[in-house]
Amino acid sequence: MQIHDNPALKAEARNLNFFYGEAKALKNINMPIYDKKVTALIGPSGCGKSTYLRSFNRMHDLYPGNRYEGEIRFFPDNTNLLSPEVDPIEVRMRVGMVFQKPNPFPKSIFENVAYGLRVRGENNKRVLDDKVESALRGAAIWEEVKDRLNELASNLSGGQQQRLCIARALATDPELLLFDEPTSALDPIATAAIEELVHELKKRVTILIVTHNMQQAARVSDYTAYMFLGEMVEFGKTDEIFIKPKDKRTEDYITGRMG
Amino acid sequence: MNDSQHLSSQFDEDLSRLRTAVLQMGGLVETQVSSAIEAYGTGEVTSVKYIVDTDRKVNDLELAIDDDCAHLIAKRQPAASDLRLVFGISKIVTDLERAGDEAKKIAKGVRRIYEAGQMPSQYGIGVRHIAEAALGMLRQALDAFARLDTELAVRVIQADANVDTEFKSIMRQLITHMMEDPRTITTSIDIIWIARAVERIGDHAKNVAEHVVYIVEGRDIRHPPKENKA
Repeated sequence: MQIHDNPALKAEARNLNFFYGEAKALKNINMPIYDKKVTALIGPSGCGKSTYLRSFNRMHDLYPGNRYEGEIRFFPDNTNLLSPEVDPIEVRMRVGMVFQKPNPFPKSIFENVAYGLRVRGENNKRVLDDKVESALRGAAIWEEVKDRLNELASNLSGGQQQRLCIARALATDPELLLFDEPTSALDPIATAAIEELVHELKKRVTILIVTHNMQQAARVSDYTAYMFLGEMVEFGKTDEIFIKPKDKRTEDYITGRMG
Repeated sequence: MNDSQHLSSQFDEDLSRLRTAVLQMGGLVETQVSSAIEAYGTGEVTSVKYIVDTDRKVNDLELAIDDDCAHLIAKRQPAASDLRLVFGISKIVTDLERAGDEAKKIAKGVRRIYEAGQMPSQYGIGVRHIAEAALGMLRQALDAFARLDTELAVRVIQADANVDTEFKSIMRQLITHMMEDPRTITTSIDIIWIARAVERIGDHAKNVAEHVVYIVEGRDIRHPPKENKA
């Protein structure tokens, strides 16, 4: 399968370094994120892939002592997401995130999805109804919850909760969605549903996904980046990375030879 | 090719057993082909039975190796060089098995010729010559697989053109021969079948060599585009 050689850029890391206090967790990362494509980040624990992912919506700002160098350019407007002048709340409106464990708020299904819109100041009932429905449809959970929108989100199954979290992220019409091991707490059926959803979502949004499951990276992504010890070792088309990686370290990792 | 060890030593063992089985199968096919060539030269019809019996073993090995490949894919989900190795092996055994079939055809042709009391004439000498060349290609292709040696594999691929050219020249000679003396038609046709089988063995050896290049380099060099094609 051929992918276009030069898809449009949605974002690009440029000479990105990141420090947890003194510890350098990301070392001079340069990497494109292509528009409306799925990019997977793989690598052993502690390689920096989650640190990298979280840089995209400024999650690290929450802790003192964390420091970025370099930039993450966001297109089409060429904003540097890491610039201190850019409001992290604004960044998070454009860059949504879904975590490893489903984390619905202790509220109703409806309010979970409406939350981001209310934060943005939207209180018109009609607008909220429309947006919540379309987000729930987008996350492929509408049919399952449309008759119980006022029930507590915590009553849903794990797989449903995760799709609800995706709906919550979709409600604000993000341009980039970050997934941090979104299926590691789910069974194979719920995992397949999320993967199918990722496939649907990429028609309208760019996706960056961290996964420990290499088969999952191979299945869902168009591009794959292998990270090791804070460095970007290899970035390429997923088809090439899993058949003929260029770097021996990538080869060793994906064939299960890493000691 | 990656020679460092997997985290799972069982995986390493599975892969190494698979490679050994391919070489064992290749060894059997090699003896089939060399016995068939020998029978052609000497008229030793008894070796025909040996070749046919060996073919059963070769077939069994093909099935067993393919089955192992399927299991390995299902259980280990091999990637990159491991995936190419398993995939390549599955194709190599197909070519080896077919080369064995061609050896069997040669053996049966030889039996027909000698049982009819028709020794191959001087026109048969050319066949022995390309048969040695095809056998050499098969041996080298198997060596290339054993050592994952792409240079050797490329030499095998290049050698195939010579076998093809010689086959065509044998055909021309035999056709002339048949026109000159129609009594030789039956034997000549048998010799053509034999020469054809030899030429096919060369093709299979070439295919094996191409699979070796794929395994090592991840390049599929079958069906190269024709140059200067408008």
